Amino acid sequence: MVNWIWLGMILFSVVYAAANGRVQQVTEAAFSGAQTGVTVCIGLISILVFWLGLMRIAEASGLVAKLARAVAPAVRWLFPDVPRDHPAFGYILSNMSANLLGLGNAATPMGIRAMQELQKLNPDPNTATPAMCTLLALNTASITLVPTTLIAIRMNFGSQHPTDIVASTLLATIVSTGAAILADRWYRYRSGPPPLMIPSATETKGG
Amino acid sequence: MVSFLHALSAWSIPIMIVLIPLYAAFRKVPVYETFIDGAKDGFQTAVSIIPHLVGMMTAIGMFRASGAMDAMLGLVRPLFERIGIPGEVLPLGLLRPISGSGSLAYVTDLIKTHGPDSMIARIASTIQGSTDTTLYVLTVYFGAIGIRKTRYALKVGLFSDAVGFFAAAAACWLLF
Repeated sequence: MVNWIWLGMILFSVVYAAANGRVQQVTEAAFSGAQTGVTVCIGLISILVFWLGLMRIAEASGLVAKLARAVAPAVRWLFPDVPRDHPAFGYILSNMSANLLGLGNAATPMGIRAMQELQKLNPDPNTATPAMCTLLALNTASITLVPTTLIAIRMNFGSQHPTDIVASTLLATIVSTGAAILADRWYRYRSGPPPLMIPSATETKGG
Repeated sequence: MVSFLHALSAWSIPIMIVLIPLYAAFRKVPVYETFIDGAKDGFQTAVSIIPHLVGMMTAIGMFRASGAMDAMLGLVRPLFERIGIPGEVLPLGLLRPISGSGSLAYVTDLIKTHGPDSMIARIASTIQGSTDTTLYVLTVYFGAIGIRKTRYALKVGLFSDAVGFFAAAAACWLLF
């Protein structure tokens, strides 16, 4: 699907631009888009270096494993093919709580660490496992308690009640996260038992 | 409640930065060396995301600059206005999943133009706050671990964005 969306956007843009005499703008946008991609990654470097460093400390001290043991019962039903007490749970919880608090730049490194842990359980490193798809669904829906950035912007423009969007945002985010979980479940079961060796991975981990 | 949550957001990071190394030091972990060890991976991870993000951002930039996006939205606009979603908010539905900074800029502009307490600004803020940039999240998370076949992940993400879009409008009509 990513392949088709990508090709579709490029093809549609060029054809539409050609018909409307905007070819020059599209060419410029292609290169400035590429530049944005690199700029964003450069911005990510400092965040990832810092958080992955801090999280290595949390890991070495046994904090991540402890967290994983404590929360696994609560989130395990979302990730049925991740072995009990797997450290991935520790990172998944950190990622979810950072999202809840609206700490975007802490959530991303924790999500990536969780993905790296899930990748260790993946027999085919090129293909996403159902657990990865679930974690991604939770992150794209991103359940948020306080939309801090937007409250700040509303304050800037002199809103009478800058925080009154908290309630509507919470309502909408609960609905969209619920939809994401349901859709993820549906696809997970429809695609049948994944062509992956997760059960045997569980056995080796447990044994 | 809200001010408590604000304080929680503001304090959670400094508390983590202090407590994690402190706890580790108690457990006799060489904290600084361990930090450096883990931090090394951060650079690798960020660099490995570059090709994924460049590919995605190029396509998104072209799509926006060509005017194709606005043309697509013009077609469906009357339909959405009939069910109570202002046409001004509509571009967000397409912009939100593909560009976080782009959609934030758009919401800011709506707040500026229509006033922060207008229905348009409230719906737009709710949409912006209640979903995330699906294409970016997918590119970064899967790019970091080298996943090529994303299976149904994108479908689920875009579906929940669509649900979130309508839920945001409905929540605003319900509450305000």
